[in-house]
Amino acid sequence: MDELLALAFGALLAGGTYLMLARTLLRVAVGLLLLSNAVNIAIFAAGRVLGRIPPLVEPGAQALAAGTANPLPQALILTAIVISFGLTAFSLVLVHAAHRAYGTVDPDALREAEPPGLPAADPAAAAAAEPPTRRPPPTPAAREAA
Amino acid sequence: MPDPGLIILVALASVPLLVAAVATAPRAAGWIAAAVPALLFVGFLAAAPAPGEQALGALPWLPSLGVALAWRLDGLSLLFALLITGIGALIFLYAGAYLRGHPQIDRFFGAIALFMAAMLGAVLADDLVMLVVFWELTSLSSFLLIGFEGGRSSARRAAVQGLLVTVGGGLALLAGALLLGGIAGTYRISEIAARAAEFAAHPWAPLVVALIVVGAFAKSAQAPLHSWLPNAMAAPTPVSAYLHSATMVKLGVYLLARLNPVFGGMPLWVELLTGFGALTMVVGAVLALRETDLKRVLAYSTVVGLGTLVALIGQEDPLAATAAIAFLIVHALYKACLFLVAGIVDHETGMRDASRLRGLARAMPLTATVAALGALSMAGLPPFVGFVAKELLYEANLLAAGMLPAAALVANTVTVIAAGVVAARPFFGRPAPTPRPAHDPGFAMLAGPTLLAALGLLFGLLPGLLGRVLVEPAAAAILGRPTEAKLVLWHGFTVVFWLSVATIGAGLAGYLAWHRMQPLLAGVELFDRYGPDAQYGRALRGLQRLAAWQTRAIQSGSLRRYLALSFLALMLPVGAAMVAGDGLRWPGLDPLPLAHEVGLVALVAAGALVACLARNLITAIMGVALVGFGAGVLFLVLGAPDLAFTQFSVETLAVVLLVAVLARLPFRGTDPRSRGQRVADAGVALLTGVVGGAVLLAALAMPFDTTIPAWMGENAAPAAHGRNVVNVIIVDFRALDTLGEITVLGLAALAAYAVLRRREVRGP
Repeated sequence: MDELLALAFGALLAGGTYLMLARTLLRVAVGLLLLSNAVNIAIFAAGRVLGRIPPLVEPGAQALAAGTANPLPQALILTAIVISFGLTAFSLVLVHAAHRAYGTVDPDALREAEPPGLPAADPAAAAAAEPPTRRPPPTPAAREAA
Repeated sequence: MPDPGLIILVALASVPLLVAAVATAPRAAGWIAAAVPALLFVGFLAAAPAPGEQALGALPWLPSLGVALAWRLDGLSLLFALLITGIGALIFLYAGAYLRGHPQIDRFFGAIALFMAAMLGAVLADDLVMLVVFWELTSLSSFLLIGFEGGRSSARRAAVQGLLVTVGGGLALLAGALLLGGIAGTYRISEIAARAAEFAAHPWAPLVVALIVVGAFAKSAQAPLHSWLPNAMAAPTPVSAYLHSATMVKLGVYLLARLNPVFGGMPLWVELLTGFGALTMVVGAVLALRETDLKRVLAYSTVVGLGTLVALIGQEDPLAATAAIAFLIVHALYKACLFLVAGIVDHETGMRDASRLRGLARAMPLTATVAALGALSMAGLPPFVGFVAKELLYEANLLAAGMLPAAALVANTVTVIAAGVVAARPFFGRPAPTPRPAHDPGFAMLAGPTLLAALGLLFGLLPGLLGRVLVEPAAAAILGRPTEAKLVLWHGFTVVFWLSVATIGAGLAGYLAWHRMQPLLAGVELFDRYGPDAQYGRALRGLQRLAAWQTRAIQSGSLRRYLALSFLALMLPVGAAMVAGDGLRWPGLDPLPLAHEVGLVALVAAGALVACLARNLITAIMGVALVGFGAGVLFLVLGAPDLAFTQFSVETLAVVLLVAVLARLPFRGTDPRSRGQRVADAGVALLTGVVGGAVLLAALAMPFDTTIPAWMGENAAPAAHGRNVVNVIIVDFRALDTLGEITVLGLAALAAYAVLRRREVRGP
């Protein structure tokens, strides 16, 4: 069973990577979600499939019976699921903010920190390179007017 | 008797004191500064060991690596130490007057005093590592001094060029020194020499020789690494006289001389030194004839002199060692003298173009006299010491086979012409107008060249004294055994004498034809276009283009490319290591998967495929939902119901969020990636998936230790009073993790709120 989970991990990893390289930020977020699932499955596989019975101690018993699943990776994955949900939610907010600030969701167009044409071999060309593309932040006066 | 190691320490310690003193009293800078090398000179005289003896000493530095601050004062070190401090005193005095009123005179003396200390450290070092450290320190201080007038771009270029060439050579030297020390088992030069025969048989010996020779050649401006030296004339003239004729450029020669007892028996050593020495003599000679700038003429004649020295060290005859040392002393005396004279001419007339300076003797009689004395020694006329050295030089070179006698003839002839051009031509003839009215300088500037010229005459009259006191012990150090140096002024009418006569005759004829010959040679553009200087410029531009290309390629500014490069940089080495290290494993199918489990895994993979291939974003979201819920059901059937339920709720929330954000963005269903980009990205993705899967498979094939889950299963009910072990782990065994998880989620919510809030401020 373990190696089947490893194959699922590989498939999700490849899919997540492919989507993260997309030219639409929403697809990048979808890719992030796939990667989170991939990692969860990897953690699960790393704890091995020791059995298919949920890790509950039988009434009257003091310890887990043989054939129950490994509880430790499950606890770790529970934490991971919740945190990766936080990550996905926050990156979606960032996608939204990026669209508001730059009017685009194409990562190739998000070039404010490193505008295209830099670094140029020729300093003159570097100076003539495109100015930053960010919309100017609203001035206090404009805010008040709004 | 002062310890030589102590003298190095005093020289180093004097640097900051000197800077402070010069800054306080800049008008007396020359006198203050000259006192330091003068005192050190006296110190070395007092510390001098008896001829044939040597003084050794050491302080521990890196004992675990066998590296020590070890010094040795023998004939060769003493000779260099005396030249460095003696000429240093004269030059410091001169520089005080030359740079009078310069706002950064303290910086100048700081750098030049640091240089002097570094030189002393290098020539006294008995430890190879210590030698390299001080060697690089001389390169650094040379950089500061060449670039002293950093406002001029020529000075900056020359400073960088000198630094790159000499420090590059220094790196080769470091590699050579470490290899040599590793092979010999010690870094002590005095001990390595004793194992010369053992070393010569080592298979790496040729590599070591080549590395050390490259370092020495770069420092001593051997062709084709010579072009930094003429360019270094951008430095103030005292620097040119001190670093770039009398001392630093001879450090390479010193190193070759010092290691000659180790390498001397190897044919490669002899071939490299005599070959490149002869080449340098001829190249320097031809290039010297193209120049009109007094300093550049002298610089190229220094290149000739350095080639002569290297070729002499490469020869095996004891006479060559004697000739090398004699010529080294003589060259330092007359070349420093003539550089200082050129500096006086430049300083007092405002120009140093040999083709336009005429008739200065009337306005500068004292300078003209000193120049004549220096030039006669340089040209090798009796009774000056230059004659003695030249006779020896011819005698040694006649013993050698091949090109050397011819190269020596060319070199000496051009030396005569250069002496005439620098020291005779500007002073004779009808006075020509100069930017400043010419006059003799004051005592401080005349004292140095006068003393140097006088020594040239004195040693010429008493060659035996020079030979016994200075030449013999130093030549013995080159040979590694005692030798007898017979320096005499008059040999009789031998072949050597007639060669001298021919040299002077040819030189005189060349001097008279110089004003016609020089423009012709200067007109040959071949040298300028394809010479090493042009190649250096080309190499530097190429390097800059390469750097710009590399930065554009790696730091492209494209987020997608960064991401792809990050995946590749992680996965390629891991994959290569797994394949190369035979790390691929297949753990086996135990326990066997049930049919519905296989179906669920296929469903998850299919969901990923749908998410990737969907043209429409909604379809992609459906694909990722398929993955999430599929994984949830998989968890359920594999005994993890808690996971499954969390996964279901979180997955639902995520899909809701995705669609909510999608609703606020302009709907762009299709992915604007081109076909080529898709294929490339798919390649990166496949590699990542395959390597990641292989890593996990290899990890799963490792033996599994159930101690921790077993402990948790045993203790959950008795100790934590919980029957759901997963819950017990989360709220009890690993409760801190859960606290961290809550914190992360809270912070994400706060940050999301902060980002979203900006919209409300701006309003509609």
